[in-house]
Amino acid sequence: MQNADDIKPSYPLFRKDEYKQSLGDKKANFENSHGQAKVDETFLWTTSVEYKELNFQREALTINPAKACQPLGAVLCSIGFEKTMPYVHGSQGCVAYFRTYFNRHFKEPLSCVSDSMTEDAAVFGGQKNMYDGLENCKALYKPDMIAVSTTCMAEVIGDDLNAFINNAKKEGYIDQDFATPYAHTPSFVGSHVTGWDNMFEGIARYFTLNHMEGKVVGSNGKINLVPGFETYLGNFRVMKRMMSEMGVDYSLLSDPSEVLDTPADGEFRMYAGGTTQDEVKDAPNALTTIFLQPLQMEKTRKLVTDTWKHEIPKLNIPMGLEWTDEFLMAVSKISGQPISESLTTERGRLVDMMTDSHTWLHGKRFSLWGDPDFTLGMTKFLLELGAEPVHVLCNNGGKRWLKAMNKMLEASAPVNNATQLFHSHDLWHLRSLVFTEKPDFMIGNSYGKFIQRDTLQKGKDAEVPLIRIGFPIFDRHHLHRATTLGYEGAMTMLTTLVNAVLEKLDADTMQMGVTDFNFDLVR
Amino acid sequence: MATLSKEEAAALIQEVLEVYPEKAQKDRAKHLAVNDQEKTTKCVTSNRKSLPGVMTIRGCAYAGSKGVVWGPIKDMIHISHGPVGCGQYSRAGRRNYYVGHTGVDTFGDMNFTSDFQEKDIVFGGDKKLAKLINEIDGLFPLARGISVQSECPIGLIGDDIEAVSKKGAAELSKPIVPVRCEGFRGVSQSLGHHIANDAIRDWVFEREGGGTAFESSPYDVTIIGDYNIGGDAWSSRILLEEMGLRVIAQWSGDGTLAEMENTPKAKLNLLHCYRSMNYISRHMEEKYGIPWVEYNFFGPTKIAESLRAIAAFFDDHIKEGAERVIAKYQPLVDAVIAKYRPRLEGKRVMLYVGGLRPRHVIGSYEDLGMDVVGTGYEFGHNDDYDRTVPEMGNATLLYDDVTGFEFEEFVKRVKPDMIGSGVKEKYIFQKMGVPFRQMHSWDYSGPYHGYDGFAIFARDMDMTLNNPCWKNLTPPWLKPVEEEQRAIA
Repeated sequence: MQNADDIKPSYPLFRKDEYKQSLGDKKANFENSHGQAKVDETFLWTTSVEYKELNFQREALTINPAKACQPLGAVLCSIGFEKTMPYVHGSQGCVAYFRTYFNRHFKEPLSCVSDSMTEDAAVFGGQKNMYDGLENCKALYKPDMIAVSTTCMAEVIGDDLNAFINNAKKEGYIDQDFATPYAHTPSFVGSHVTGWDNMFEGIARYFTLNHMEGKVVGSNGKINLVPGFETYLGNFRVMKRMMSEMGVDYSLLSDPSEVLDTPADGEFRMYAGGTTQDEVKDAPNALTTIFLQPLQMEKTRKLVTDTWKHEIPKLNIPMGLEWTDEFLMAVSKISGQPISESLTTERGRLVDMMTDSHTWLHGKRFSLWGDPDFTLGMTKFLLELGAEPVHVLCNNGGKRWLKAMNKMLEASAPVNNATQLFHSHDLWHLRSLVFTEKPDFMIGNSYGKFIQRDTLQKGKDAEVPLIRIGFPIFDRHHLHRATTLGYEGAMTMLTTLVNAVLEKLDADTMQMGVTDFNFDLVR
Repeated sequence: MATLSKEEAAALIQEVLEVYPEKAQKDRAKHLAVNDQEKTTKCVTSNRKSLPGVMTIRGCAYAGSKGVVWGPIKDMIHISHGPVGCGQYSRAGRRNYYVGHTGVDTFGDMNFTSDFQEKDIVFGGDKKLAKLINEIDGLFPLARGISVQSECPIGLIGDDIEAVSKKGAAELSKPIVPVRCEGFRGVSQSLGHHIANDAIRDWVFEREGGGTAFESSPYDVTIIGDYNIGGDAWSSRILLEEMGLRVIAQWSGDGTLAEMENTPKAKLNLLHCYRSMNYISRHMEEKYGIPWVEYNFFGPTKIAESLRAIAAFFDDHIKEGAERVIAKYQPLVDAVIAKYRPRLEGKRVMLYVGGLRPRHVIGSYEDLGMDVVGTGYEFGHNDDYDRTVPEMGNATLLYDDVTGFEFEEFVKRVKPDMIGSGVKEKYIFQKMGVPFRQMHSWDYSGPYHGYDGFAIFARDMDMTLNNPCWKNLTPPWLKPVEEEQRAIA
């Protein structure tokens, strides 16, 4: 029973004897359980090489994926534009899920509507839903733009967004000149990063495709920066800072860093900040467009190359030291502005940190997973630190990612390179890998906590701690505010990594009279 | 702010409706009402399609089946059949606790999906389903069964998951349950509950064998419709056990296939979430003659009422047991109320939640001296509102399938001291400076059921309502001069 002076939640309440008894009786009498011996034996088998081989034979089943579906990315892309309401054409449950997923990661509100298609729409198509949905959304939430994407339901029945939206305008449900870019985002193709690309292309196309007359490459003197599916708020901010320190004029195309970080001051802001429509219209006049996560921008790349006629510089995600160098040098070359002294100093500080910490990171083995550009950039940075990326897994990677990874590995670590790549695998595959080829740490999103628990179950020596860098992170607070790009991002990640190593060393050497060595005050 | 009069509340609803286009306004007007206990006609329209584009808070049938009813059955593997998203967004977020060795004999935190690709849509997914059932069998030999939770495309591309399931079940000698809970079916999670209930009826109860061997006793009951959020069902069953009853099954939080199969042997089914599991309770009444009774384990007043109502189905041994339990916990109840009521007395709460909570938690707030001044259901039906009207004071607000716009406007005008709703609402109202508790997930706390749960509930309401953070929303240099002077004085 609780004590009013010391009220306990689930843990440790359910460790009290009366609950142990109750739960024990339930298991013994009514659950038809397999018995502890059988469970333990089976668990050990699931950690074996034999199980790993069976696990890697899977062809149809995905277990614990490390990816989500297209419209999630479309929603994130949309909220990066000024006063824009993401509108998902199809089933309403999807939108409840997207909102929840982002709410849990950012601990922020996320506004997004659905047009709630049900059985009748499945039969007759969702045009009527689109009519009412656009009208209602505009009347209630007064956006300047409604960015339409789709759920798989609307895709399977073949709804035509272009026709539906045009008809809605013709019928007077919304004004003819109201901004309604759209993108088909079938969830059975690609992943959330594909959806971001498709939605961005849809918005860029809407404002520029038929308005290219008079557009001259370079005439506005700016550089377009396109973030891709980016969830670290610091990454938007560090880009702005680096550009302004170099005196480079830029357009950050899709910038949700304000709407995902509004203050608690008594007012709820449904919209805040974001890229303006004018900036998008003006984007073809830029010197060029730089994709910060170029592996995921397939469709946009075509538009920018073919319609905007931009020569897109061949760059990688500006993560870690060298790829930030390359990024800044490219920006300097394109803009004609020198790399600022402040950034040169910042680079020096990062290198200084790397020299300080290399002894604790050299040779440390990491297994990591995440989106294509993140895993590419993170692996590259780990190599720069002298660490060993052992397993790099990208559930939504595909062949293009594999090619980019191999190219980078050949250039960065040509000798004795033991990094294994998994371009279409899931976290149950990774579980087998960390059991059979134990790394020192995992780097990834919150889902990794279940793998850490599994490894600990086998014994303290088998435990592989999780370092949380990625998306989503549900179980730690405020990490999404951090930076992972640029020198600043490298500093943050380096600090996170080296201190994870030192925390673990402390934890391993804390037993008095047993491990009285390496438990050092000074490191 | 003073409580709204009936006229003021009605005027507020009118005012909020004004911004809607005509057609939408007509529809939404039927879903909003001022509570009136005298009124005999039904007060609000419910369980209708959500309007497109209004930002409904509702989910879908898949959420109702996979997320609510089936997902928590811990020793079965639930396949999110279709594209990758649904299973990912609904993975391990609901806090329906269970004990077991995840990945070996239990699977609740995991996400199994067929991860549909374009070719599966074009050529159908039945072959993939058949193959992955075998892969599950190879990798998870201790799983007691499988359920196939249909996502939207399944019903649109004409797959025959029933045939695949039957064949697979025969080969594996384990139940494989096809569930037609495609997200576009129905108007909310609610139809998903119903479809999931029917799947239990047809594919679990109709199956030969199963269950655990145990000798029946006259005191065998089940807990139906408790999802064990934060351990709710555990802090409930302990009370039933203490009064002399034996809980032979728990649905579906921390539940097992065997417990579902045990259920038709019960003497009485105890139904907590009426909305999501009344269907199967009615079925068991008709088919097996098992009576069922609704109960409410939120707050000491309702707990005591419920314990006595449950005991009334049994002999004096149990009736005495109920009194013994009530008496045993009375000192705890007294201590909790003495500690927290003075800190919470008179505070006004607005709720907007799912299945049973919009009415069930009212009593626990009242036990702490708080008033619920507005409530509504995401996916309630008429029978839910019938049960709600008597619990709510006159001139309070009822809002069905509330839109983001309406909820924000109501809150601005009613100015409650606290809101209890979901994560999609949480950060909106926190920014507005209104203390907020998630009343789906217990805001990562709980349990809230039972006497032990009530203590946590009281602690949590106090911590959120009386935390100093709410005082700091306005910077000192922007505070109105008068207020500043008053502070100085």
